[in-house]
Amino acid sequence: MSGALIVARYALREAVRRRVILVVLVLTVGFLALYGLGAAVTFNEVNDLAADDQLDDRVLAGSTLFGLAMFTILFLGAVLGVFLTLGAIRGDAERGLLQPIVVRPVGRTSLLLGRYVGAALVCAVYVAAVYAAAMVITGVTGDWWPDDPLGPGAGLVLAVLVIAALSLLGSVFLSSTANGIAVFMIFGAGLAAGLLGQIGDALAVPTLEDVAKVSSWVLPFEALYQAGLHALTKETGGVTGVIVRLGPFGGAQEGGPGLWLWALVYLSLVGAAARAAFARRDL
Amino acid sequence: MPTVLSCQSLEKRYGATVALGGVDLDVQRGELLGLLGPNGAGKSTLTKIACGLVRASGGRAEVEGAPAGSAPARAAIGYLAELFRFPDWLTADELILLHQELADSSGGAAERAELLELVGLTDASAVKVGAMSKGMQQRLGIAQALVGSPRLLMLDEPTSALDPVGRRVVRDLLRELRRREVAVVLSSHLLSEVELVCDRVAILVGGRIVARGTPAELARPRGVEVETGGGMRSFPEARRQDVPRIVAELVSSGEQVYGVSLLASTLEDAYLEAVGAA
Repeated sequence: MSGALIVARYALREAVRRRVILVVLVLTVGFLALYGLGAAVTFNEVNDLAADDQLDDRVLAGSTLFGLAMFTILFLGAVLGVFLTLGAIRGDAERGLLQPIVVRPVGRTSLLLGRYVGAALVCAVYVAAVYAAAMVITGVTGDWWPDDPLGPGAGLVLAVLVIAALSLLGSVFLSSTANGIAVFMIFGAGLAAGLLGQIGDALAVPTLEDVAKVSSWVLPFEALYQAGLHALTKETGGVTGVIVRLGPFGGAQEGGPGLWLWALVYLSLVGAAARAAFARRDL
Repeated sequence: MPTVLSCQSLEKRYGATVALGGVDLDVQRGELLGLLGPNGAGKSTLTKIACGLVRASGGRAEVEGAPAGSAPARAAIGYLAELFRFPDWLTADELILLHQELADSSGGAAERAELLELVGLTDASAVKVGAMSKGMQQRLGIAQALVGSPRLLMLDEPTSALDPVGRRVVRDLLRELRRREVAVVLSSHLLSEVELVCDRVAILVGGRIVARGTPAELARPRGVEVETGGGMRSFPEARRQDVPRIVAELVSSGEQVYGVSLLASTLEDAYLEAVGAA
């Protein structure tokens, strides 16, 4: 078995044995139950209020609810990705866990890759599963389905993988606590930049829109999330489409293939930087 | 005997701090080398460079002819760090299995059972690391270091948490490793342990080797003591060859001689002398 796969399997077993996955699953079931309750109540209210022929309240409620669910899934996925990787190198080295493994012939690159693959697998399966569950809940309770059901989910998965990669890169330089704080501040900065972009779009302030664009390139997880939001209602037209774009998804930009390509290149660059830094690190 | 570990003019600097200032050291196959020195002398740095955990600032370190840190060098090494920790959710058997996989060892269950038996942990194979005492974890660490039959074993303070029985187990294990022609570098503060098992000793101070040799070579004569009818008589400057003359003189002067002892310094004396002089 290759070194990276051995380390990835070790990382997966660690996540299971340390009950990380169990805790996450229990809390996620709680989140989905609350989401289902909220969606059911909302759609009932919307059906009672439905009066305007021009506006499809069901689409407005469904896309808004699911957009919020996507934000929560991105956040939960980011928490999982960060906590699975934040102490992978320096944190483990400071605790004396890393050295016995690094001395083995498996090599530092395989170790790094294995840690990432293990964390990425857990995060990807988790995000995809919760996204699918939230979509089904929304569809069953309100009979609303996204215009593009797969793209936003795949975008969320890739966004979380980007965050996990940043966390792994940070773990080469920073202790666990410092790295966790740093990555969540970067995560928050990305989201704040996205919000500024939305405000800039609504108020037609070019500077704010530029800030959002630059941050999308520097932190592509935010752009992937925004692109996912956009894809939820990309084929919704008429008054409903206009209101949806004025409301919760104002400023959400279509990513296009260039964004996906850039996100993959970004992942490779982060991986290469982590590899180069780890290769030079004294343990 | 082939050289397993070779260090030439090995240097390591951390900014302005010199951790190793040009160390030359060879360890032969089957040799047990004791690495002594006060805290901060550079013992752990030397060990880590050999294991590929720390990059040298200058000089060269090779393991079986391969540069330290390269895959062939790491394949030949077993290592137990001074400050180590194993995942507390793994059992002893699972930990050894993980290292078998990482070392690409084909030893299987038989190797795991043998290693745990060597360190006296046969009954603890299903015990989780988190439930083990520090001493048990240290013995497990030695077993882990032996996975894949390394030709060079680097042990950094391997007996610091062990009780006398555990130390005896490790001493016997080291002798067994010498019989199997495994080279061992034993870094320790426990001079008595080193004196008991090591073939050669190197004393590091301030990143430089200030004394080296067999424990007997490092020990210095401290004179002769003669038990006479009038009590113990000391001759601090005397050597072995002076004994017949001293006894003859004492007898001719009417003394009753009951015993003669040649005094020599211990490794601890030699160590303190070397550290104090440096």
